[in-house]
Amino acid sequence: MTLMNEPIKRAEIKPKYCRFKKNGIKYIDYKDPDFLLKFINEQGKILPRRLTGTSWKFQNKVAQAVKRARHIAILPYLADQMK
Amino acid sequence: MSNYETVFILNPVLSEDQAKDTVEKFKKVLTKAKAEVINVEQWGLKKMAYPIQKKSTGFYNLIEFATENTGLINTLETEFRRDESVMRFLTTVLDKHAVAYNVRRRKGEFNRTKKAVTTNKRERAEA
Repeated sequence: MTLMNEPIKRAEIKPKYCRFKKNGIKYIDYKDPDFLLKFINEQGKILPRRLTGTSWKFQNKVAQAVKRARHIAILPYLADQMK
Repeated sequence: MSNYETVFILNPVLSEDQAKDTVEKFKKVLTKAKAEVINVEQWGLKKMAYPIQKKSTGFYNLIEFATENTGLINTLETEFRRDESVMRFLTTVLDKHAVAYNVRRRKGEFNRTKKAVTTNKRERAEA
């Protein structure tokens, strides 16, 4: 009986939501590294929608903003430990 | 009429005055072409996330402007490429949300550019 799958506790899984839709944020500033840090991992990679819950529309805008920030050296293209 | 903003990084080897003169030079390019310069910000010497041209710091500058003449962007960017003290530049079109955001940003609602020397119209009128 040890091979039984453990039951998933549905109450513990919080539903994801798009923070931009929820808070009414319409423009993502590429000049603001502190805000963009929420959408990249410690290597400087853009986090997938799967993890952040961002909607498709805003994920594209986040990606665009991160890429612009990288170009003007506000965010690194690659990093080892940035957080 | 579209709104644009351009961020450019100047070589840290320049003195403060030289950096200011260079910014004035680009402002002149815009005013000559009858563009409306909305805001000029100097963020000062900032550390960059990665080295560019073997320099780890740079003078960050921001110019916001509005123009109908789309060819002006090319003229401006050619000037950027010609000037050796410009290490990076980025010009973006602003949509209506971005314009609204920048108006709030200029008023200091986000309190992010504490050190910035703003020389926008409203403050100049007060001075």
